[in-house]
Amino acid sequence: MEISALVFYLLAAITIGSAAIVAFSRNIVYSAFSLLGTFAGVAGIYVFLGADFVAGVQILIYVGGILVLILFAVMLTHRIADVQITNRSAGMIPAVVIIAVFLGLLIQSIRDTPWAKAKEIVYLPTTAAIGDFFLQHYLLPFELASLVLLAALIGAVVLSRKETKE
Amino acid sequence: MTIGLAHYLVVGAVLFGLGLFTVLTRRNAISILMGVELILNSANINYVAFSHYSAGNVEGQIYAIFVIMLAAAEAAVGLAIVLAIFQIFHTIDVGAAETLKE
Repeated sequence: MEISALVFYLLAAITIGSAAIVAFSRNIVYSAFSLLGTFAGVAGIYVFLGADFVAGVQILIYVGGILVLILFAVMLTHRIADVQITNRSAGMIPAVVIIAVFLGLLIQSIRDTPWAKAKEIVYLPTTAAIGDFFLQHYLLPFELASLVLLAALIGAVVLSRKETKE
Repeated sequence: MTIGLAHYLVVGAVLFGLGLFTVLTRRNAISILMGVELILNSANINYVAFSHYSAGNVEGQIYAIFVIMLAAAEAAVGLAIVLAIFQIFHTIDVGAAETLKE
């Protein structure tokens, strides 16, 4: 087996293993920390796909931002010692059945569909091309995105502040 | 056997299944948000894999960046709502929070 295939399987195992801990762990702190493995593994997969800029964004925003936010929320809303009640699950059997059927269908269709193939597979730096796309073809969505972020910022501040009665 | 598009799609599908499982079975609001993050990551893997193997340009990566941006906004607002629910109901069990106002 080639070394690149080996690295891919290692990355996939890290990603899916940590995602399984997120899904099945009894302790929410373990769930939150193993999310780190999932995000880092997905970033590795992006690098493998030649998407260097997206991998950097993934590390910066998911690991540096979202994961820290989630850890803050966990620490602020739990007595950490109460392992048993922190991460209760319900309706296991129907969920497992639904997801098994769904995954079976998905993998079946992935195998059977004749996907379009690119003319050539290139590994080039992507940052300049992404910048061109953002400031030319996707300029309106790009500006809308900044508006959405502003709205989310204000919304989060309004929601999390204590309500004061006049 | 070389690594191709199908490998990445299967990784994305399994990640999606685990995220859906988390969203369906958890009763804890923060865990449900973690499941949503898993689902968004699996969608992103598909975007980047298709842009690499099927399109051969970076256009799919643009969509992946938009998804990451929206995931950040969703996490900030979602966790602010979770903290507000915790202040009012003193629990973040989604079954316990059944009114919109005190």
